[in-house]
Amino acid sequence: MDQTGYGGALSEAVRTPVAEFRAVSKRFGDVVAASDLNLAIAEGEFLSFLGPSGCGKTTALRMLAGFEAPSSGQILLDGEVVNDIEAHQRPVNMVFQHYALFPHMTVAQNIGYGLRQRRPRLSKAEIAQKVGKALDIVRLGGFADRRIWEMSGGQQQRVALARAIVNEPKLLLLDEPMAALDRKLRKEMQIELQNLQRQLGITFVLVTHDQEEALSMSDRICIMRDGRIVQIGSPRELYDHPQSRYVAGFVGSSNFFDGTLVTANGVSASVRLANGDVLEGSMATDLPVGHAVCISVRPEQVALTREGEGLPVIVQNRIFLGEHTEYLVKHQELGEFLALSPRQSELADGPFETGDTLLASWDASAALVLERN
Amino acid sequence: MTRRTRTWLLLMPAGTWFLVMLLLPLTVVLVFSFGERAPAGGVVPAFTFEQYANLPARWTAFKNTLTLAPVGTLAALLIAYPLAYFLAVKVDPKWKTILLVLVIVPFWTSILIRSYAWIFLLGGRGLPALLDWIGIEGVRLINTPFAVLVGIIYGYLPLMVFPIFVSLDRLDKRLLEAASDLGATRWNTFRQITLPLSIPGIATGCMLVFILLMGEFLIPALLGGGKVFFVGNALVDLFLQSRNWAYGSAVAVTLVIVMLITVTIYMRLINRLGASREDVSIM
Repeated sequence: MDQTGYGGALSEAVRTPVAEFRAVSKRFGDVVAASDLNLAIAEGEFLSFLGPSGCGKTTALRMLAGFEAPSSGQILLDGEVVNDIEAHQRPVNMVFQHYALFPHMTVAQNIGYGLRQRRPRLSKAEIAQKVGKALDIVRLGGFADRRIWEMSGGQQQRVALARAIVNEPKLLLLDEPMAALDRKLRKEMQIELQNLQRQLGITFVLVTHDQEEALSMSDRICIMRDGRIVQIGSPRELYDHPQSRYVAGFVGSSNFFDGTLVTANGVSASVRLANGDVLEGSMATDLPVGHAVCISVRPEQVALTREGEGLPVIVQNRIFLGEHTEYLVKHQELGEFLALSPRQSELADGPFETGDTLLASWDASAALVLERN
Repeated sequence: MTRRTRTWLLLMPAGTWFLVMLLLPLTVVLVFSFGERAPAGGVVPAFTFEQYANLPARWTAFKNTLTLAPVGTLAALLIAYPLAYFLAVKVDPKWKTILLVLVIVPFWTSILIRSYAWIFLLGGRGLPALLDWIGIEGVRLINTPFAVLVGIIYGYLPLMVFPIFVSLDRLDKRLLEAASDLGATRWNTFRQITLPLSIPGIATGCMLVFILLMGEFLIPALLGGGKVFFVGNALVDLFLQSRNWAYGSAVAVTLVIVMLITVTIYMRLINRLGASREDVSIM
């Protein structure tokens, strides 16, 4: 795999990464929080660290901010190693998970805090002007003299955002910024954050465990597991070309069928399932014949028909989702799996009912052969 | 039982306590202070300002109290803050409880006994002897204002440490990270974030220590040797020795008034300094 994690298409843009991890590991006592991270973050991109809690994503972010020093390896900002540079000297700002706003200061004082730390000092007028602009950007004009506790959760988040961007950082770090917001507000904030990022051109690094959030906002997603980077790519790449079962299951949902690789020519492959059936699939990564693999098929790739060819299945359950209908179907030997049918296909064939016997099929190119874990 | 009656019932014990143990004696003292001295002790009822006119005779006691109480409070604050900071922020959590208990351990023995220990330590065969031995001769510690100050700080330090510890312990440590992330040096983080947010603890600690010091009599009696006299000592003297209840009452009432005035000024100051409406709650 490409060391920087960039596919060929993007590599043009990465001549001067704004931040870089080089073989970075972090241990807390016996616990390895991050191990051998290699990653370059391009100027102006929106990158997300995605993974379950404890996967090392927050540690990675905290090392960028300067709150944790790597146990080994190097962290670079603008091409310079910053391992020994303390947090307060890094041109990086963070939006904290619970905002960490200063309760004894007004909204404007919070936002101006970073500016007041600058040496040589900025004039009062200059600070006021920048704070005013930041307030406008996050649409909190008129709230300057409010106290923090007078602000709602969503407003507090905007204050936290303004407090960070007012310093025009090289990198804006966001640690699960939407975790405390309700669903509707979260959607709004996602759109707003994306717009803001385009408008300001600041590089955003987001940490989240919410795949939807990562998929909808990021240019690239870095998927982590047990302190390691599992795969890096655009949301589309990760969805269409996951390189492991873990990624296929974490980004979107998928059906998995375990089996053994019988033939492989680098592009296509055939896999013998537990019941002896042989399924055709396409290779996602190089694997030797005889390897324990699984076939991953996205629910929307599964076509259900009353006649023709395919695996005989019985409809177990039907969930109407508007545009789509989700069917839980059961194959005698392979067990249950999901199929997502668009409305149009239904109209032709009529809606399937629970208990119907159907045929499930998919394109061999949609069946990805992946390593089992 | 309605909610209202239940509330009243629950407030009854405290209410009775305040009425019987606080307001009533205070009224008695106030009435006494306008009376005249009875020959055998006690008070002859009257309405005269004679006792108050005599107050200047006890000026030294007031002067000592009003210097040593604030100085003692300030000194206790300066010593307690770093300790509280260390306990709340720096120390390994597994040692925290043990160290906190160590702060209270002195309270397990009566202040009387501990003050006697200080009499020995500051007396001729204690520290001065040690100083003498290393070549610093003729130092006298016992029965000086310094001895009283040492005793005061020693006795009241835990009362200062605890409120400050609590406010620093409750302080959201992420705020410190946020400040550092925004470019604040360690010193600025302390000055602009930690210190202002621990003002409630400082205020409570100072108030506790100051009020108790204003009424202190044991430490000056033992370590001041009758030379460093507090209002408290004057009261003991007037009520128990010379049995001049009327004059004693006038001194007591004056002390209460002085305390009310200083505490009011103090609260005003703290509130102006004080962070936010929500954070500052003083006693």
